[in-house]
Parts: sequence; C-alpha cells; structure tokens
Amino acid sequence: SPRAVNVDLQTDATLQVDISDALSERDKVKFTVHTKSTLPNFKQNEFSVVRQHEEFIWLHDSFVENEDYAGYIIPPAPPRPDFDASREKLQKLGEGEGSMTKEEFTKMKQELEAEYLAIFKKTVAMHEVFLCRVAAHPVLRKDLNFHVFLEYNQDLSVRGKNKKEKLEDFFKNVVKSADGVLVAGVKDVDDFFEHEKTFLLEYHNRVKDASAKSDRMIRSHKNAADDINRIASSLYTLGTQDSTDLCKFFLKVSELFEKTRKIEARVAADEDLKLADLLKYYLRESQAAKDLLYRRSRSLVDYENANKALDKARAKNRDVLQAETSQQLCCHKFEKISESAKQELIDFKTRRVAAFRKNLVELAELELKHAKGNLQLLQSCLGVLKGNT
Amino acid sequence: LLTDKSGPASLPAEDISANSNGPKQDSLFDDDPEDLFAEATEEVSLDSPEREVLLSDGPSPAITPITPPTSVITPKTCSDPFLLTLYSCFLKIEEEEGGDSFDMHISVSDPEKVGDGMNAYMAYKVTTKTSMSLFKTDEFSVKRRFSDFLGLHSKLASKYLHIGYIVPPAPEKSIVGMTKVKVGKEDQSSNEFVEKRRSALERYLMRTVKHPILLKDPDVLQFLESSELPRAVSTQALSSAGLLRMVNKAADAVNKMTIKMNESDAWFEEKQQHFENLDVQLRKLHASVESLVCHRKELSVNTAQFAKSAAMLGNSEDHTALSRALSQLAEVEEKIDQLHQDQANADFYLFSELLGDYVRLITAVKGVFDHRMKTWQKWQDSQLLLQKKREAEAKLQFTNKPDKLQQAKDEIKELEGKVQQGERDFEQISKTIRKEVSRFEKERVKDFKMIIIKYLESLVQTQQQLIKYWDAFLPEAKAIS
Repeated sequence: SPRAVNVDLQTDATLQVDISDALSERDKVKFTVHTKSTLPNFKQNEFSVVRQHEEFIWLHDSFVENEDYAGYIIPPAPPRPDFDASREKLQKLGEGEGSMTKEEFTKMKQELEAEYLAIFKKTVAMHEVFLCRVAAHPVLRKDLNFHVFLEYNQDLSVRGKNKKEKLEDFFKNVVKSADGVLVAGVKDVDDFFEHEKTFLLEYHNRVKDASAKSDRMIRSHKNAADDINRIASSLYTLGTQDSTDLCKFFLKVSELFEKTRKIEARVAADEDLKLADLLKYYLRESQAAKDLLYRRSRSLVDYENANKALDKARAKNRDVLQAETSQQLCCHKFEKISESAKQELIDFKTRRVAAFRKNLVELAELELKHAKGNLQLLQSCLGVLKGNT
Repeated sequence: LLTDKSGPASLPAEDISANSNGPKQDSLFDDDPEDLFAEATEEVSLDSPEREVLLSDGPSPAITPITPPTSVITPKTCSDPFLLTLYSCFLKIEEEEGGDSFDMHISVSDPEKVGDGMNAYMAYKVTTKTSMSLFKTDEFSVKRRFSDFLGLHSKLASKYLHIGYIVPPAPEKSIVGMTKVKVGKEDQSSNEFVEKRRSALERYLMRTVKHPILLKDPDVLQFLESSELPRAVSTQALSSAGLLRMVNKAADAVNKMTIKMNESDAWFEEKQQHFENLDVQLRKLHASVESLVCHRKELSVNTAQFAKSAAMLGNSEDHTALSRALSQLAEVEEKIDQLHQDQANADFYLFSELLGDYVRLITAVKGVFDHRMKTWQKWQDSQLLLQKKREAEAKLQFTNKPDKLQQAKDEIKELEGKVQQGERDFEQISKTIRKEVSRFEKERVKDFKMIIIKYLESLVQTQQQLIKYWDAFLPEAKAIS
C-alpha cells in the first residue's frame, strides 16, 4: 500500500493505521482502513473497516470543532477524490473511437487508464497520510471519534453536509477570515509567536503560488510527452509505408520515441509526486498551522476581554466572582493553547524540513535516473542509425 | 527586353520575343480561356556573353522536346548545341551520383532593414562558396530581398514545372510577420520571424541549386552572382503560394474531367499513390511536431515561472539549510527553462521545418504529375480534333469545293504535326518525371536521415545538460539537515 511520502512519521507499534485496499465505484471510493494496535481501547489487535471520503471529513471536522484540540495543528483533511477530468477524457476517447486506428485507440486507452490509476493511488495516499498523522499525534490518537472511525464496522451515517450546514460553514469562514485580519494586526508580546505569524502568513502564500506554478509546469511536461507519443505513431506509419531506405530508419526512430516518451511521462509523474504533491500538502498544513495561530489569537483576545471585564466588575463591585472565574478560565485556556501551539509549530518545522529534504533528494535522484535512461536510449539509437547510413 | 504580362487570363501568345527564355506558348493555348498559366509567364532576356551557349536563338530549352526515348541521344545524332550541353549535364550528374561531389554551399545571413515604414524591407546577404567551374570566383556575395527570391522561383516554375521538373517552392509570404518588422517592432517575435525566414530562404536556395538542371539556369546564376537584379514585379500573383494554388486548381480541373486518363504505365499510378500517402502522413507528423514545439515553449515559460516561485519560497523559508536548497532548486529550474527553450528551437528549426518543407515539396511533385495529365489531355484533344477534321475532309471529297478541300487537307497536315508533337511532349514529360522522382526520393532519404540524426543529437545534448544540473543539485538537497 502507498506509504505516506510527504510526512516523516515514526511508526509506533501501539497504533498502526494504513489503507490496505481501495475500490473505485461509479461516484465514490471505498477505502479499507486497516488497524493494528496493542492498545486496550480496542476489542481486537487487528481489524479493518470500510470508509468513504465523507467519513474522513466528518472526523477532521470533529477535531476542528473540539475546543480541547484548539492548541493543536489539526492534520489537514484529504482532498475529495476527483476522477471527473479523467472520466471525461475516457468518455471523449470512447466517442472518438471511430476516428482513429485500432492501435492508436488501444494506446490512448492504456494511457488514460494509467492516468486514472495514478490519480487513484494518489487519493489513497492522501487519505492514508491523514490517518497516519492522527495516529502519530500523542493526543489525537486517543480521540474517541477516531477510535469509532477505526473500529465501528457499520456505516457511520455521516451524510454530507446539507445546504444549511454548508452555508453556516461558509459564514463561519467569512467571520474567521475577517477576524483573522483583525487578530493578525495585534502585535504579539511573545517574540516566538510574532515571528511565526509573520512567517506563516508569507510562507502560506508562497507555497500556494509555488504549488500552482509547479502544476502548470508538470502539465506542460505531460502535454509534450503526449506529442512525442503521436510523433512516434506517425513515424511508425511512415516507416511501414515507405518504399525507400527510410522505412527502417523511421521504424527505428519511432521505436526510440516510444521509449523516450514513456520516460518523459514518468518524469512528469515523478515531479508530480515529489514536488507538486509535497507543495500541495504543505499548503494545507500551513493553513492548519495558521488556523492554530488564529485560535490562539482568538483566545488571547478573549483573555484580554475577560481582564477588562474583571476590572470593570471590580470597579463596580458586581459579579466579581463570576468575572474572576471567567478570567481564570480564559487565562488557563490561553496558556494551554500557547504551550501546545509552541510545540506543534516546532514539530511542524521539523516535519516540513524532513519532508522537503526527503522529497527533493528523491526528486533529484529520479530526474537523474530518467535523464540517464533517456540519454542511453538516444545514444544507442544514434549509434545504430549512423552505422547504417 | 522586359515585358510585363498582366491582364486577363487569355493572353495572346504571339507577343513573346524570340529571344525569350520563357516557355513558348503554342497557338493551341490561344483559345483556351482556362489556361491559368498564361499569367505565370514573365519574360526576361539576358544578354550576357558567357551564357551564349545556353541562350540559343532557337526555341528555348524549356520546350524543345528531346527525341523520343526509344532512341538514345548521342552527340552524333544530336546537333543542337543546347541539347549537347544539357545532355552532358545529365551525364555528369550520373557520374557524380555515386559520391557526394556536390561542392556548393549557400548561406543567407545578415538580415538588414532597409528603409522606413511600410516601404521598408529586409535585405539578406546571399553568400555562395563553391569550387565549381560554372562560377567566376569561388566565393561571392550579393544582397537580395524576399521578393527577389519569389521572383526567381516564379521564373523557374514557369519554365520548368510544366515539363515535369520538380521546382522547389519558395518560402511562404507572411503579411503579419513582415508588417511587424516594417513597423519597427524590435521584439522577440519579430526577431524570431526574421530568423525563420532567413533559415527558410537558405534551405530554399540550397534545394534549388542541388537540382542539376536548375543550378545551370541563367536566372539562378544571375540571382547568385549579379550585384544588381531587376526588381521582380507582380510577385503577388507570382508568389509561390499563388502558383501552387494555380497548380492545384489545374489539378482539380483535370480531375473533374469526365475523360479519365488511361494509365498505361503502372509506375505512375503507383508513384502518385505513394506521394498521396506520404502527403497525408507528413502533414499529420508535421502537426504533431508543431504541437510539440508549442508545448515545449510553454514548458519553458512555466518552468521559468516555477523557478521564480521557488526562489520566493526559499526566501520565506526560515530554516536556513532548506532555504538555501530551495534557492538552488530555483537556479536549477531557471537553467532548465533555458534548456527547454533551446530544445524547442531545435524541434522547430530541424524537425518541424523539414516536414513543412517536404509538405510543400510534395505539393510541387503532385503538380508535376498533374501537368503530365494535362499534357496527355492536350495530346488526346488534338487527336480527336484530327479525327473530326479527317471525317470532315472525307465528306468534302464528295462535294465540288476544291478550295475548301485544300484548306481541310492543310489543316489536317498541321494537326498531324500537332498530334505528333503532343505524343512527343507526353513521352518527354513522362521520362523527365521518372528521373525527377528518382532524384527527389534520393534527396528525401538523404535529407531526412541527416536532419533527424542532427535532431536526435540535440536531444542528447539536452539530456546531458539535465544530468549536469541535477547532479550538481543533489548534494545541495542532501545537505539539508
């Protein structure tokens, strides 16, 4: 099964989660979530359940809404499986079957099926990494909803949010971002958090840009590989038709381009995996980190408001006890969040650096491997062609 | 003498001077309003003494039929001085066929804008380097503009296409591209346009001089050597594209005729089919390569943008080692974007232009086959007319009209000559086409092999550079701690 590549996680024998299987049906994907655990919380040591994307979202949202987790970076939710583009291409191919040769059709079908499979593998990996992050987190791994998610072998009946709920979410986000601007403006007394705020705001935007640009670059790469594919087919036809010396020549070059274009396609796929996916993941994680900072700022504002309310109460000598309790609660909440947030942000940096290192090294190694492969094919073909001329 | 032929299509042919090097139009053409090639004629005569041997007072080389293929031409049986020269040319080529003894190199360089505004034009330097005795010196240059090239092509086309020679087409006109240059836009796209054109003009000249007959044509020699060239007029109508359009119209007209040519020669049928197939496949391949050029250019642009973005990300990254590695990544990607740009140029100038040239060349080849059909049709028409006249004459025998009878007999005699000429023309063009196709195919094989190998070498270079760049980056990535 695809291992989480973007996050460097310690695998812990007490709780190991992975997606052992997945099934793509017409409009949904069914993930088989497999758990191995020595924890007493579970009835068995090893078990599996089937989950769909909405259930992952439910779990994620339950973390976000839980006040106790306000001080943690909530692992970002996996993106919805999106096979629309791929399905559309397969459909277009089916419609255009009459206009191409049997070989071309078979070739393109194989291409699209490979693409579909790649998207499928990716979505499985992203759902898996979410679960692994939760399982690796010292506090979240103990969450009851998480255990239910892992163990309860019936449908969780978490229907997707209805219109009303979606609207509520939308407004919540609007308020949050308005707030976010407000709160971001307040200079923090704590240097560490002040730095983190500035850093994350800028970093998040730049990762977003880099992610979009890397996607565009990789798409151009795929397009070029597709062109080489068509060129190889045309050369093959020319080779079979030509009556001169060129027929062998064309066939050899066609064969070469068939192979090099497979490599080019692999380069694009690897760049996608090691670079684009990495950036996408840290786009989501940096957002989650920003959300944490926001929650802390919110609690700071609440704390400051509670202080003001206490002063007022003392001045008026009314509801002082109530105000004191409230202020203490806010203080405690703020300090708790600050403490865990600091650790979370430090861990975030560690994870980020490790993931980038791993991926950039693997990217460079793969680019080298493919370039060398390409070079070898080209040189050997040139040797044959020049020798025969 | 320079007479400019302009006006309606059905131009009387009698105005052609005896000194012309243009095709002599038969009187049969007079009545033919459909003769699309009347406009294609531009008469020029040359008075250069060295060219005497080629400029006989007799009929121009373009229309003198060589005696039927059944007899072998030897210097003994042939007394025409021009034919002797032509024959020796053919011999020489056959001798040289074995080796690569074509020693001539033409370069088109130094594009220079002359004039201002809409009257401005690009002047190109045409340099010829050769050891052939045909030329006075072994290296010489002239300045030419685009319309000069078109003028050269139109002259060659009008002289040689209709008797079966595959005349290489001139590069296409481009109003948009040229306007940008005239207006003085000194940007990348107009520079690219000029370079595209320069390269195309060079390939055009090289293809033309590689043709053994065309090389020795006085117009070609004048084009290469003469410091002053009479300005080619009406190149609008005479542009390569315009001519090809006319050729294609003629082809369509021939095809639409109800009288289908009895192809007694399977070779022609086979070859026509071959070129038909080749045309289809080359166009398809050309389209795919053009798409590749486009996507490779896009890839270059997108890589450059990603590089900038990665640099920004590196700047904001607060882990020092990672920040440095991201900046290095940005540098690598910047170098790679230049690599993609260079590769896109190779994709275009080597692969794409080769295919474009051959798509146009094959149109010329198809045109030549169509001319053969037209020649056959002419022959058949005069045969039919002869038959009619004979029948009419037979009828006249029974009437008492001696004058009319004599007239009929005279007409018949004339027509008999025409029929014979028609048959000779047809056999001649068939013979020429066979030779031309053989030469063309040899060139095609050479061209494709040479250029595709060059193209593959450009791909090798790109991969070698990629290896260099990623090799240098890898330790930087590993250094992140």
